[in-house]
Amino acid sequence: MNALALVSQLGGVVLAVALAPLLAGWVAQCRAWLQSRSAPSLLLPYRTLRKLFRKDAALATQASPLFRAAPYAVFGAMATAAAIIPSVTTDLPLARVADAIALVGLFATARMFIALAAMDIGAVFGSMGARREMLIGFLAEPALLMVLFNAFLMFGSTALPTIVKGTLDADGLTLHPSLAFAGVAFVMVLLAENARIPIDNPGTHLEVTMIHESMVLEYSARHLALIEWASWLKLFNYACIGFTLFVPWGIAPHTAGPLGLLLAIVWLLAKLAVAGAVLAVIETVSAKLRIFRAPEFLSMAFLLAVLGLLVHLLLQS
Amino acid sequence: MHGVSALTTTTALTAVLVLVASWLLIGALGLVQSNRIGWVARTLFPLGALIALGVAGLGVVSLTTGFAAQTGVLAFGLPDMPFHVRLDALSGFFLLLLGSAGAGISIFAAGYFREGEGTAPGLLCLQYHVFLASMALVVLADDAYLFMVAWETMALSSYFLVTTQHRIPEIQRAGFLYLLMAHVGALALLLCFGVLHGGSWLMTFDSMRAATLSPAWAAAAFLLALFGFGAKAGLVPLHVWLPEAHPAAPSPVSAMMSGLMLKVAVYGMLRISFDLLHAGPWWWGMLTLAVGLGTALFGAVFAAVQTDMKRLLAYSSIENIGLIFAALGLALLCYAFDMRLLAALALAAALLHALNHALFKSLLFLATGSVLHATHERSLGKLGGLIRRMPWVATLALVGTLSLAGLPPLNGFVSEWLLLQAFLSTPSIPHAFTNMIVPLGAAVVALTAALAGYVMVKFYGVIFLGQPREPSLMQAHDAGWLERVGLAWLALGCILIGVFPQAALDAIAGVTQTLLGTTIQRGPTPWWIAPVAQAQASYNGLWLLLGMAGVIAMMFVLVRRMYHGRVRRVPPWNCGYPELTPRMQDTAEGFGQPIRHMFGPFFRIEREVPSPDDQAPRYRIQIDDRFWHGLYLPLARIVGWLADALSMLQRGRLAIYLLYSFLTLIVLLVFVL
Repeated sequence: MNALALVSQLGGVVLAVALAPLLAGWVAQCRAWLQSRSAPSLLLPYRTLRKLFRKDAALATQASPLFRAAPYAVFGAMATAAAIIPSVTTDLPLARVADAIALVGLFATARMFIALAAMDIGAVFGSMGARREMLIGFLAEPALLMVLFNAFLMFGSTALPTIVKGTLDADGLTLHPSLAFAGVAFVMVLLAENARIPIDNPGTHLEVTMIHESMVLEYSARHLALIEWASWLKLFNYACIGFTLFVPWGIAPHTAGPLGLLLAIVWLLAKLAVAGAVLAVIETVSAKLRIFRAPEFLSMAFLLAVLGLLVHLLLQS
Repeated sequence: MHGVSALTTTTALTAVLVLVASWLLIGALGLVQSNRIGWVARTLFPLGALIALGVAGLGVVSLTTGFAAQTGVLAFGLPDMPFHVRLDALSGFFLLLLGSAGAGISIFAAGYFREGEGTAPGLLCLQYHVFLASMALVVLADDAYLFMVAWETMALSSYFLVTTQHRIPEIQRAGFLYLLMAHVGALALLLCFGVLHGGSWLMTFDSMRAATLSPAWAAAAFLLALFGFGAKAGLVPLHVWLPEAHPAAPSPVSAMMSGLMLKVAVYGMLRISFDLLHAGPWWWGMLTLAVGLGTALFGAVFAAVQTDMKRLLAYSSIENIGLIFAALGLALLCYAFDMRLLAALALAAALLHALNHALFKSLLFLATGSVLHATHERSLGKLGGLIRRMPWVATLALVGTLSLAGLPPLNGFVSEWLLLQAFLSTPSIPHAFTNMIVPLGAAVVALTAALAGYVMVKFYGVIFLGQPREPSLMQAHDAGWLERVGLAWLALGCILIGVFPQAALDAIAGVTQTLLGTTIQRGPTPWWIAPVAQAQASYNGLWLLLGMAGVIAMMFVLVRRMYHGRVRRVPPWNCGYPELTPRMQDTAEGFGQPIRHMFGPFFRIEREVPSPDDQAPRYRIQIDDRFWHGLYLPLARIVGWLADALSMLQRGRLAIYLLYSFLTLIVLLVFVL
């Protein structure tokens, strides 16, 4: 473990935490353009955070310590997840600490804490949101794991840097049919897990349709800021997982120097810009599904990922 | 170290036997003043916990100092059939499991049992310790005779414990069903041992190891073992007794049955399939894997729709047993193709999950016991908000909840991680179709693990969070200090295994070495595991914990430093609706509704919905097991019909009975002569 690796490890986390609100702002801006609305500032999420951190926290009288601790736990899990995803470089000392399965586990930890916190107050929407979130979660989590499994089988490793290296070192561009299935499944999981249309609407405030929003209704000020930040970070993490699995080009290899790292950051920004725009297009052209249709949507993602697995195994033998 | 190894070679087995005997002695002492709770609960149960610690310690000793088996012959039993005992790595590991979880349960029980709840405390103490001792003896037995004696003692003592409150008809029924299933299973085991001796009529395990069975007989023995141990462990479709018996028993007993007794069945399966039968053709593994995965999914789906907290945990036990058997099946499958390393990985996953489940499921069952004592409510529909009245129990139960949900950095995650890693390597199985079907098992494991998270949010959220659903809950009190110590001990185990997974895997290495002749790769440090190769996968519990804790601490300090920590206490916002009653929260039924909706065909649902103009509308929904109506009730009808047919023989006249005896004698004489 050299100094540069340590710097890029810490820098990667700081970069993710710092860029996550920007990505959220970019997606919101693209959506507004596509829907011919006047777009909010790209920096709006940062201002929201500053505003929320400054306010006094209004805490429900019956809130337990769990309710106050949950935002920190959620943020902690998401930031740790950011540390093990090779977004800029594959030289991540921490990636050996936790592999992609642990990554799914970290997402599950965040989900569990936010759902438990939502049930803590005992208000009407909290437990409803928790139930819906866990429903989405229990279908999306195995689907994500199966998407990752496709990559594991290809490169014989659950460590994300190894997967990236495997794709980068391959001679020429080989198309893997299984990755096509996995790719579609991954996008579906990304939409569901990040409270995006067609499963949830990040802009909604209509009680009966919301999932993520209804869980955080009772939060305010710094707690809300942490939760919102964590959810942006989650979108960022998902985008970076997508890059490592499907478009790893531009990620700096182990041997890269400081200049290579800078170049990799530029690559990352470019990919994020494209991904955010694509996400905005998907959100604009699709309609929100009824909540009862969400399981169908996600089981389709799960089955697609499993199908990808089967295709890989069939072609291999 | 030299002293320890000297201890192993000479006295470890003797010491274990002495400890087991002292459990029996403690049980007997309970009868001396059987109604004095101070004597029985505050003195004898803690002593039993100390002995459990000793048993766990000796288990560790037998696992760490060489893996040589020790055998001995006891001066009990029939004249020419003495009891044989043996302590090897496999029994050592299960003694560790039994002792470490048993110690926590016993300490908790010391604070839990009180007067006026069914059986007298002294008698309860006897049954409890006989149960513990018989489980240890099953693990130590080295001949079929002692094994069956201990196995039946285990079944009977636990039956009496289940029916502690024997005046309640429901509990009588649950106890009877349990006894029935236990004996159906035991019959299969008797037949299994009958096959295993291979015509030598020697009942020691040594001679069974040496016996050569034809493939057909070996398969018969394996299937009988799977049936017998499956009935005890709760494999579908032999699981029906589990959700009845676990809730009926007092909570420490539920914890013992779920945490320990089910694992003894896993032990038996390992002993017979790997040790006595030397594993077999690949389809054994395939069958066990399929049954295990089916059981896991079934248990998880049913746990999600339960409304009784202990039934929910019982179904969750079925799920976990399913995962353990799936891992065991995978180990058998890989062993059949001589993929030793992969088999060792799967076996390690099975054993670690068994240990983890013993810890977190005992913890949760005990927590329900505390809740039950504080509120006298078992139904999830009448609980809620207990985190404010019972902070200790709620905090410790949270550890168990997160472990069961398989979240890092706790212990449940480690075993599921190992199991997924094992599945990852299955495409290299040299057998067409198998290498395509088996990797898909990972999908079932992933789905089950994710469902467990759903179930656990429901369990914890409905009991401990939200507003109290009944006014009486405001009087709930936290658990006493003995109960807290017991819960804390188990929670500590969950955390330690999660943070130092390699330490637990070191203990398991002895078992895989003994059974499979190989072990998985050793991680570089006690907290860092890399079971196959560093490049393929590694997991570091301690660093992950420190990483998360570091981020959280830094964020906390930053927010407080840069801004402030001001808090205003206000009524909940609730989207501006002023009236907020406890009935507005999700009920347990409501929380399970999406699962009921999605997995409809799994259930047999009876629903009563009021008509639109009902003055006093009542909703009722009952969710039943399809196996009960599709398999068990028809079976019971056939048995009843056969019994009716046989009753033709019962004429009630002495002369006819004498005639039967005479005819029997004649027939037997014809045979003999």
